[in-house]
Amino acid sequence: MNKIRKQDIMSLLGCFVLFAVMQLMMTFDIIGPFWELNIVLIGINIILSVSLNLINGYTGQFSIGHAGFLAVGAYTGAIVTVKLGLPYELALVVGTLCAGALGFLIGLPTLRLNGDYLAIATLGLGEIIRICILNIEYVGGASGLMGIPRETNFAWVFWVGVFVIFFIKNFINSAPGRSCLAIRENEIAAETMGIDTTKYKVMAFTIGAAFAGTAGVLFSHYFYIAHPASFTFMRSFDILTMVVLGGLGSMSGAITGAVLLTGISAFLAEYPEWRMVIYSITLIVLMLYRPQGLFGNKELSLKMFKLGGDNSGRTAEGK
Amino acid sequence: MEELLKVNNVSMVFGGLRAVSNFSMEINKGELIGLIGPNGAGKTTAFNMLTGVYEPTDGTITFEGNLVNGKKPYQVTAMGMARTFQNIRLFSELSVIDNVKIAYNMHVQYSLPEAVLRFGRYFNEEEEITNKAMSLLKIFKLDGKAHELAKNLPYGEQRRLEIARAMATQPKLLLLDEPAAGMNPQETHELMEMIRWIRDEFKLSILLIEHDMSLVMNVCERIYVLEYGFCIANGVPEEIKNNKRVIEAYLGEEVS
Amino acid sequence: MDMGSFLHQFAQQLINGVSLGSIYALIALGYTMIYGIIKLINFAHGDIYMLGAYFGFVATTMFGFSFLPALIFAMAAAAVAGIVIERVAYRPMRNAPRIAILITAIGVSFFLEYGMILIATPQPRTFPAVFEGTIYNFAGLVINSQQIVILVSALVLMAGLTYIVNHTKAGKAMRAVSFDMDAAQLMGINIDKVISMTFALGSSLAAAAGVLVGIYYNSIDPLMGMMPGMKAFVAAVLGGIGIIPGAMLGGIIMGVVEAMVSGFFSSTFRDAAAFGILILILLYKPAGLLGKNIREKV
Repeated sequence: MNKIRKQDIMSLLGCFVLFAVMQLMMTFDIIGPFWELNIVLIGINIILSVSLNLINGYTGQFSIGHAGFLAVGAYTGAIVTVKLGLPYELALVVGTLCAGALGFLIGLPTLRLNGDYLAIATLGLGEIIRICILNIEYVGGASGLMGIPRETNFAWVFWVGVFVIFFIKNFINSAPGRSCLAIRENEIAAETMGIDTTKYKVMAFTIGAAFAGTAGVLFSHYFYIAHPASFTFMRSFDILTMVVLGGLGSMSGAITGAVLLTGISAFLAEYPEWRMVIYSITLIVLMLYRPQGLFGNKELSLKMFKLGGDNSGRTAEGK
Repeated sequence: MEELLKVNNVSMVFGGLRAVSNFSMEINKGELIGLIGPNGAGKTTAFNMLTGVYEPTDGTITFEGNLVNGKKPYQVTAMGMARTFQNIRLFSELSVIDNVKIAYNMHVQYSLPEAVLRFGRYFNEEEEITNKAMSLLKIFKLDGKAHELAKNLPYGEQRRLEIARAMATQPKLLLLDEPAAGMNPQETHELMEMIRWIRDEFKLSILLIEHDMSLVMNVCERIYVLEYGFCIANGVPEEIKNNKRVIEAYLGEEVS
Repeated sequence: MDMGSFLHQFAQQLINGVSLGSIYALIALGYTMIYGIIKLINFAHGDIYMLGAYFGFVATTMFGFSFLPALIFAMAAAAVAGIVIERVAYRPMRNAPRIAILITAIGVSFFLEYGMILIATPQPRTFPAVFEGTIYNFAGLVINSQQIVILVSALVLMAGLTYIVNHTKAGKAMRAVSFDMDAAQLMGINIDKVISMTFALGSSLAAAAGVLVGIYYNSIDPLMGMMPGMKAFVAAVLGGIGIIPGAMLGGIIMGVVEAMVSGFFSSTFRDAAAFGILILILLYKPAGLLGKNIREKV
């Protein structure tokens, strides 16, 4: 069998083992409900940071409105279960597709912009989405959409997370993924090497948005409610911090960043202002002294995260 | 001789500045043509028009009979023109082999689902791309460094990598923007040999911007000379060498 | 709505809009000047406006200053704050990649906001009535004297800034640095000083806006800078980022549009209107109304 296929299968087996261990610990209350909640939250944040990393880290597009797509997923998924009474699985699909569709529609005109302007545009769009939701009575307006059944559990979050990670990992190791990397490195050269840069920027943006939507469905179906206040620029900033802390362009970095920051957040849950002050100081210090974050754009050299195949072997050892 | 590229009275105007004026040029299949001129003459602007980076303000450019004006760079590359850059534009944080592999992307057939789920044509085409990229690197003597980061290569090798990468797009016309810049005489000589060899081996045409006169005069079959955006001479090296206007442009007036 | 009442509403909102727009213009000037000189979108600028309001609050409540001294105090204190922020957070990043600086700016913004919450509590504070607002009634239109003060103050400050930028040596240095930092440095201009001065000027204008808003709306809180900051930024982009008259023009337009949307549609969509304008500008004329297009050299 193909060496790469073997690695993939080994990784999946590893995931099975990890899942079994953790699920057992939760079933037998070795991991209590408080920790389970945080693990679910970590899982959701991993999906968010990994999907944002695809856009900002791998493709080099500065998008800071990710919370908008999270919101779209959360609400559309909730509409499916709460308003239409349809199954959760469908909600997941619908949430993902709606967020992806919006990502596509937004991406098409705005990805022509560069750096700073794109950042502002995505920030603005994230806010517009939130303000619109605030004004739509059908989904509860300013009170939010309540009574969402708790369908999400550890198993859902874990396996959706594994799917998203594998999807993006495989994407970045294929031709379209390499095109995204090329765009990040040197857009003009990429264009001249035959890459339709708009197409791939929009592709990365759409996929990233879609998975943020998936995370949204998971989120709203765990916390019983979808409320506009959960989807402000601060949420986008949180996700951005996770990716930047871990290292833009590193999947292991995005995952680590999500774990670390969710942990810090939980620890400081009693003191939200202190959390923000610590976040911002962390970010400033990070930018001053180690802007490449923890992993830079390298990966941890674990079988699970090695970017499969023979591809340039970009590992933390720099092999 | 079969005509490949025809540039017809092309001009490029930026606001108040005429970078290129009424420029015409023909390149036939298999030819090795030079584009020279003092700094600021408009040579790179001409390249940019040929490759779709700029759209000419006036005039037409046709490649194999098809209009190039208004096409985006990736479409021009698909038509068969590839280029290198005056200031090296490699994908610095990517490996040498990835730089080349990316240039094969436009010929890839497998779809997104096949890529993500890794079935169907994915493995076969990836292997093919890797093999093609390696053999190309071998030709350019870069195969030993295939997994090094592009930014870590010495300058001369970076320039070679740019050419290798352009070749991976399987062009019919290769445009080289000052490929010998920063090279010593030994390297320049090797480059000269390589350029001739590429033309013969891959059966393509080459258009070259260069300042190094020995390279241009020895390698090019015909030469166009630009000054302040105008074409002031064109012909075989012998003619250009002795053209008064050209000498004046390079050395200033009053050369007796 | 018949023509008469339409015109009436229109004129009323125009008055409100111009007054609001002067506030946005004052803040927008800081954005545009800083962007013009170091190509940074200073996300924290809206929070300088907030700081100015708080400085003014302290001046009037704790020191008992009247309007003008409080205004000057706030402007000076904010100028210092701006200089400090630049020195600590932005100067070391001068050669860092754009994304890193932007993230730093976002970090500074959140730091100021939540730091202020920790210091001053999230409760809104009431700005003392430094002068009474008399309501004038003119052909059925309502004008508050405070609105007039806002407009006049803004005009005076903008005139002052224009004078500094166009008719002083320091201003010339600022313009030189914004054209070409390296060339200016080679001409013997002290870049650091010029940049500090730009931050000082921009911050003092934003602070003035903060004090004026405190007086007019009576209430200040740590997060008051978020929305106006965003809208002022849109104003700067609308007029042409980096172009001083553009910021003034953009500010007035933003204020008038917001007043019109509030008056004729609903106030809940007011904020969305600002972002909508932003998106439209970025898509159709990113250089702004008074701006020019710059190509990247290939």
